[in-house]
Amino acid sequence: MTGQASEPSYLQKKLCENRFVVTAELGPPKGADPEYVRERARILKGYADAVNVTDNQRAVVRLSSLASSLIMMQEGLEPIMQMTCRDRNRIALQSDLLGACSLGIKNVLCLTGDHQSMGDHKGAKNVYDLDSIQLISIIKKMRDEKKDFGGKELTKPPNVFIGAAANPFADPFEFRVIRLEKKANAGAQFIQTQAVFDIPRFEKFMELVRSRKLDNRLHIIAGVLPIKGPKMLRNMKENVAGVSIPDSLIQRMEMASDKKEEGIKIALETIETIRKIKGVKGIHIMAVAWEDVIPRIVKESGLIDVISQ
Amino acid sequence: MIVAERKSYEKIERMLKGKRKILIVGCGGCVTVCLAGGQKEVEILAEMLRLGAKKLGIAREVTEATVERQCEREFVLQLADKVKDKDAILSMACGVGVQFVSDIFPDAYVVPALDTKCAGAPIERGIWNEKCALCGDCILDEFYGICPIARCAKNLLNGPCGGSQNGKCEVDRTKDCAWQLIYERMIKFGRLDDLIKLRMPKDWSYARDGGPRRVLKESVR
Repeated sequence: MTGQASEPSYLQKKLCENRFVVTAELGPPKGADPEYVRERARILKGYADAVNVTDNQRAVVRLSSLASSLIMMQEGLEPIMQMTCRDRNRIALQSDLLGACSLGIKNVLCLTGDHQSMGDHKGAKNVYDLDSIQLISIIKKMRDEKKDFGGKELTKPPNVFIGAAANPFADPFEFRVIRLEKKANAGAQFIQTQAVFDIPRFEKFMELVRSRKLDNRLHIIAGVLPIKGPKMLRNMKENVAGVSIPDSLIQRMEMASDKKEEGIKIALETIETIRKIKGVKGIHIMAVAWEDVIPRIVKESGLIDVISQ
Repeated sequence: MIVAERKSYEKIERMLKGKRKILIVGCGGCVTVCLAGGQKEVEILAEMLRLGAKKLGIAREVTEATVERQCEREFVLQLADKVKDKDAILSMACGVGVQFVSDIFPDAYVVPALDTKCAGAPIERGIWNEKCALCGDCILDEFYGICPIARCAKNLLNGPCGGSQNGKCEVDRTKDCAWQLIYERMIKFGRLDDLIKLRMPKDWSYARDGGPRRVLKESVR
């Protein structure tokens, strides 16, 4: 379990060899229960090249991303450890990154993090000492220059594949691609996008990405979120900022006799369309608390063929 | 200016439990302008406390005073006679004023009637918005007059988070996204290129994180 520093992650290797990837997502439990993580890891094994482990997503207290990532590794899955800037300052983030790397974690996704007002500890003090872009640049410095942010030498640099998120659906729209370029300039290597429901807007975003040649500098993995019903869609449209959900999609879900089946069908159609968009190097399936649908989606979409594990 | 808001009557009543002789002290500075702790508010609160005492059936003696500014020694010293023999001083100033009165009259029991909210300005009648986070190292020149430290919920320096929608903040949809405003200012000044600038982490040692701050001006010492 000690860091085999020089070997890149499987995700990195595969993307660099220009092979299409599939990533999934796991939300750790609210409790110190490793079995929960193990069970889901077993469900996902063989159906994803790497799996994101969320960091107190939506500001809800859960088993830590670092610990959950390690449990996933014990189950033979490659984790993408998410790190948000909400709860930790530059000292803690650097320390935890070194800790993660010392345990063999090789992918990290840098996020600013949902505001604590979204979660179950609304009275918490937030940190935001860094933003996601600054975190990316610090990790890059640690890895490539072997120095921490303060300029002090590291005995062993963290060998990580640096990821970031992109939201093509938030405003101001024109800023989104510029912000993506900033992430590339800061040192991001792969990108996972917010869930795509609004395909025309995503296509327009990718057009802008290509016009700035960012598709040559970043491995872009497009997000897909299978929906269970119209209520979930409407709830997201109303309460989650930065998602774009066409009304036609909500109507379609409402009309469907078997909502869950329809949700899977929509996810499959979305995958079918967006995997063909130039510059898209992979699909990221987010089905938190519905992980058991992922194998089916991976199989029926044909993505199973791109997974060689 | 410092923007404050009066605490609920119930909270104030709780702070004054067992205190018979009360002096309410207003402040003629910021809190007068933001309609929280000036002479008028002192009169209203004094009246409420007198009525409250009647209702509770307790003896209470409420005296009123308003000084020009509770954060200046010469004005606070004017209270010397009135402070004497009071069981409690209820300061209607910001947190600075409350502590300053307490510093100058160390034997007095001083409690706050207000919650000090922010350094802000009125945007329309009856609405004050936070404008400055008192970070100690002003960066407004880089952001076209919109402070992302004070006005972005996550004090982001490199652009809006994914929660910016229709120009509003995900934390409160009635509030503007500071980065939408910065973006519009950049367009206005033809400086959209600035968007790509990578801004490194802020040095927070000038802010409260560096410990309580002190400002020294040698020329007047």
